[in-house]
Amino acid sequence: MSWCAGVSFAIGSGAAGMEIREPHAAEVGAVSANTTDARGLSPAASVEFHPRFVGCAGILAWCPALEPSGWGADNASTMTQNMPKLPNGLNAEDLVDIYANMVLIRTLDERIWAMNRQGKAAIVASSQGHEAAQLASVWALRHHARDYFCFTYYRDLAVTVSQGMTPTEALLGFLAKEGEPMSGARQFPQHGAMRDRKVINISNVVATHIPQAVGWALAAKMRGEETVVAAYMGDGATSQGEVHEAMNFASVMKLPVVFIVENNRYAISVPQHRQMNVMEVSLRAIGYGMPGVTADGTDVVASYAACAEAVERAARGDGPSLVELNVERYLPHTSDDDDSVYRNKVEIEEARKRDPLAKLRELLAGAGLMTDERDAELLESARREVDAATDAAEAAPFPPDDDVMERVFEEMR
Amino acid sequence: MAIMTVIEAVREAMREEMRRDASVFVMGEDVGRRGGVFLATQGFIDEFGEERVIDTPLAEAGIAGVAVGAAMAGMRPIAEIQFGDFVFPAFNQIVGEAGRIRYGTNGTVNAPLVVRMPYGGHVRGGLFHSQSPEAYFAHTPGLKVVTPATPYDAKGLLKAAIRANDPVVFLEHKRTYRAVRGEVPDGDYVVPIGVADVKRPGDAATIVTYGLTLHYSLRAAEVLAADGVEVEVVDLRTVSPIDRETVLKSVRKTNRALVVHEDNISLGVGAEVTALIAEHAFDSLDAPVMRLAGPDIPAMPFAPTLEAAYMPTADKIEAALRRLLEY
Repeated sequence: MSWCAGVSFAIGSGAAGMEIREPHAAEVGAVSANTTDARGLSPAASVEFHPRFVGCAGILAWCPALEPSGWGADNASTMTQNMPKLPNGLNAEDLVDIYANMVLIRTLDERIWAMNRQGKAAIVASSQGHEAAQLASVWALRHHARDYFCFTYYRDLAVTVSQGMTPTEALLGFLAKEGEPMSGARQFPQHGAMRDRKVINISNVVATHIPQAVGWALAAKMRGEETVVAAYMGDGATSQGEVHEAMNFASVMKLPVVFIVENNRYAISVPQHRQMNVMEVSLRAIGYGMPGVTADGTDVVASYAACAEAVERAARGDGPSLVELNVERYLPHTSDDDDSVYRNKVEIEEARKRDPLAKLRELLAGAGLMTDERDAELLESARREVDAATDAAEAAPFPPDDDVMERVFEEMR
Repeated sequence: MAIMTVIEAVREAMREEMRRDASVFVMGEDVGRRGGVFLATQGFIDEFGEERVIDTPLAEAGIAGVAVGAAMAGMRPIAEIQFGDFVFPAFNQIVGEAGRIRYGTNGTVNAPLVVRMPYGGHVRGGLFHSQSPEAYFAHTPGLKVVTPATPYDAKGLLKAAIRANDPVVFLEHKRTYRAVRGEVPDGDYVVPIGVADVKRPGDAATIVTYGLTLHYSLRAAEVLAADGVEVEVVDLRTVSPIDRETVLKSVRKTNRALVVHEDNISLGVGAEVTALIAEHAFDSLDAPVMRLAGPDIPAMPFAPTLEAAYMPTADKIEAALRRLLEY
């Protein structure tokens, strides 16, 4: 497989990585007037962003395009025979590390889902199918920004866990137990804040965190801090007016934000073509005068490349970008949803063929960095860790009822 | 001691706080070169630069949301909503988000922002430049809602709001901006949030009010004083949290209470004050608690006759007081 095959640029051709999407009326309009293919650029391409004329729905608009720069640099120390060339900053060791995280997070996610079916976890929004996009973005932030902060949404378990939330802490949240780190079990799981681990997710109201992420970036810029803010959202969130306001604000103010859209093509039950009349969410970037890029979000390398470019642009002070990572949602929207009434089984079976775990395992195995034995060890280790976390979370008490009145205001009432 | 208007006091408070603390900044529509449509930030861009005096896109939800994010990051944004009537697009960020951040993060994150807005009518503002939205915010635990009526209170309370570590909705009655003048001490002072003020002492009855109707209530009290009846006027200054002690202490002394506000009468601040008195000072009452407030119509209309019919004026307050005293 080629790492770059999964990357398509909103400003360039829109076909790669889109193979299982149903075409609709906007497809024709999504074809670029400038046919330069991002894949045709040499690794030595300029790091500058170039204005392009692009066609969108028959309208010519000016937009800076996100271009790959410096990909394929020889990470010689770790390069193995069958490893594809990796984007700058990403080494083979990172891929092994990301894979180990994926195994743990998938194991944890499956356990949480099972505990919901056992009546123990009240509500779950599964991250299964989103892991590559989430982990690649975190690694890109770590490698390409001096500092960073993540405004996550409810399906970002791989972000929170890779940022330091332990499986026990995660399960404390899903079981609403005392010691849950983000909200003290006041909120749905994965909501609240872990400031020390660079994660905030205040609300269940979709997309309200996007202007907040922009505000965090504004604060960082005002203080001269070199922080890049990642604002994670689903494709449905981009229908919200606050996303429009936030993207416009960030672009006008040239703020260090990377808008990361984990596009699983469903807003609960409503498919993408009922949410928007464009094939690629990244096309929305045109309207804000910022780069937009679409990449295969089940492919760690492609996702990393897209995110790294956007993170670097933000870190340079050149402003925000929109990175769309096309992912799959293997389970219903949440544990309370029944997707059988709006998704057919064939579609989900097809989606399973893009499993980010399998894809990364295949890549690593091909490069001689993963064996069946090592893979089995990782899975066994993850199961042991999740088992121990399950025991610890089940044994933990619920928060004491007298906590209900606390921490409304700074001063006690 | 200087004499200044309410808008000058607001401006002074922000200017002094921005000089004192580099984390304080203002953002909103037309706050930069224009200095705000009411000139609250006049001259700020020259003194503080466009980094701290931010002309935002015309987008209230974005203004509030960006301010919330910056506040969570440790800045002290003052977000100006051009008119209180325009705050509803930002309602989600203020009520839905800001008010729940401390609680929803178990106290690990706070949002020390101030959302300032001119509100209120009797200025020929019509339906969408006259509204009094305080009750919506006051209903939200986690938000403090401040409604100063005098230059002294406006400056001291705005400084307190900027320094507060919780989100504050700061409502400035636009008719008071230039119509109300008063003494403001030189130098730094703070008026604490959540503390009411007895603006006129008396023993015959208590008026509990805030905002523009404070001034109309004081006029009515003066009229009655000419008849030898001294009415006590309590200015809430903060409508959430309400200063229960000051209200109850006054009513226990005068035994009669009239609650006056401009916002429509039902399910608002007056209803809460009335319930508070009924619940905690029932034994002191010689008459039922009475309310005088705007009628339950969508907002203050534009035509002068209709506006006058809406507005609780000094004449109406005087008449209500006489009914209360005669009960």
